[in-house]
Amino acid sequence: MNAKAIVVTSGKGGVGKTTATANVGAALAKLGERVAVIDTDVGLRNLDVVMGLEGRVVFDLIDVFEGRCKLRQALIRDKRVDTLHLIAASQTKDKSSLSEARMHETVRALLEDEGFDRVLIDSPAGIETGFQTAAAAAQGALVVVNPEVSSVRDADRIIGLLEAREITEVRLIINRLRPAMVKRGDMLEVSDVLDILGVKLIGIVPEDERVLISTNVGSPTALDETGPKFTAGSAFRDIARRIGGEDVAYPDLDGSKGVFAGLRRMFGGR
Amino acid sequence: MFGFFRRRKSKDDLKERLKLVLSYDRARLPPGKVEQLKRELLAVVEKYFPGDGDDLDVRFEQHGDRMTLIADLPRPTPR
Repeated sequence: MNAKAIVVTSGKGGVGKTTATANVGAALAKLGERVAVIDTDVGLRNLDVVMGLEGRVVFDLIDVFEGRCKLRQALIRDKRVDTLHLIAASQTKDKSSLSEARMHETVRALLEDEGFDRVLIDSPAGIETGFQTAAAAAQGALVVVNPEVSSVRDADRIIGLLEAREITEVRLIINRLRPAMVKRGDMLEVSDVLDILGVKLIGIVPEDERVLISTNVGSPTALDETGPKFTAGSAFRDIARRIGGEDVAYPDLDGSKGVFAGLRRMFGGR
Repeated sequence: MFGFFRRRKSKDDLKERLKLVLSYDRARLPPGKVEQLKRELLAVVEKYFPGDGDDLDVRFEQHGDRMTLIADLPRPTPR
């Protein structure tokens, strides 16, 4: 992707925005990019705990916006990948200082003054001020969608709003795909979702309990390269490589092409 | 395996429903409004062609990336 500032969004809550931000951010940083991830879910911050950095938050995004600290003081370096940094959201519910102009200035400073290669902005759920602020400085978007009715509907709405903001590089992450259900015809397949939403795909992430386990211990699963070949973690690493411009083939998750028989078993198919 | 043949895939139902819902979402028009539009169109047609507004069909269709409002007004063939 050409976009240096990318908003991660979905409309609907609970589809995996924060997980995607943490994992794609970590995987991009592991590839050598200097990455800043920003949590903009003011009042309900979670990116810090997903990344296991909650103990290091001193200043947050609202402190930056309101001039209580320098931008650099709010940048928290990751424990595992030293090219990865987090700016946490504020946990207070006062959103009055959220502004598109401040967001623009913060992202500009990260890219131009602090030398970051990429800024990932984790958007709150919904289509209100929080989302609009998160999207304000973005040139690209990762839309996270689950293959189910309300998530697809909300993603369509969000894609419309992103287009209205003239964010041109909109890419879809299909998250929590269950290959066995797709195979039975009880879950939308990738081509259905692309057909309905009409945007380009950048990743297919299978439902994977490793995501929850890794979140329990505050370490993105994308950093765990042990285990089977195709996991949620490997899918997030593939997304990072595609963002970096590599052409990475998609694994045949639902076994529809008749190869990777072992893979089907692995994901609970038959 | 037999269920596969016996049963319609639930995802096909979902895909159809989603396409319809999204077409109304994209047109920013709730389905109820379309029903209202249909009734009003019917009233106008009835005014000019008394007695044959029954098979009027009004719906949205997606053609590529644009939405089209289709009002299908079959007229009796003149004899």
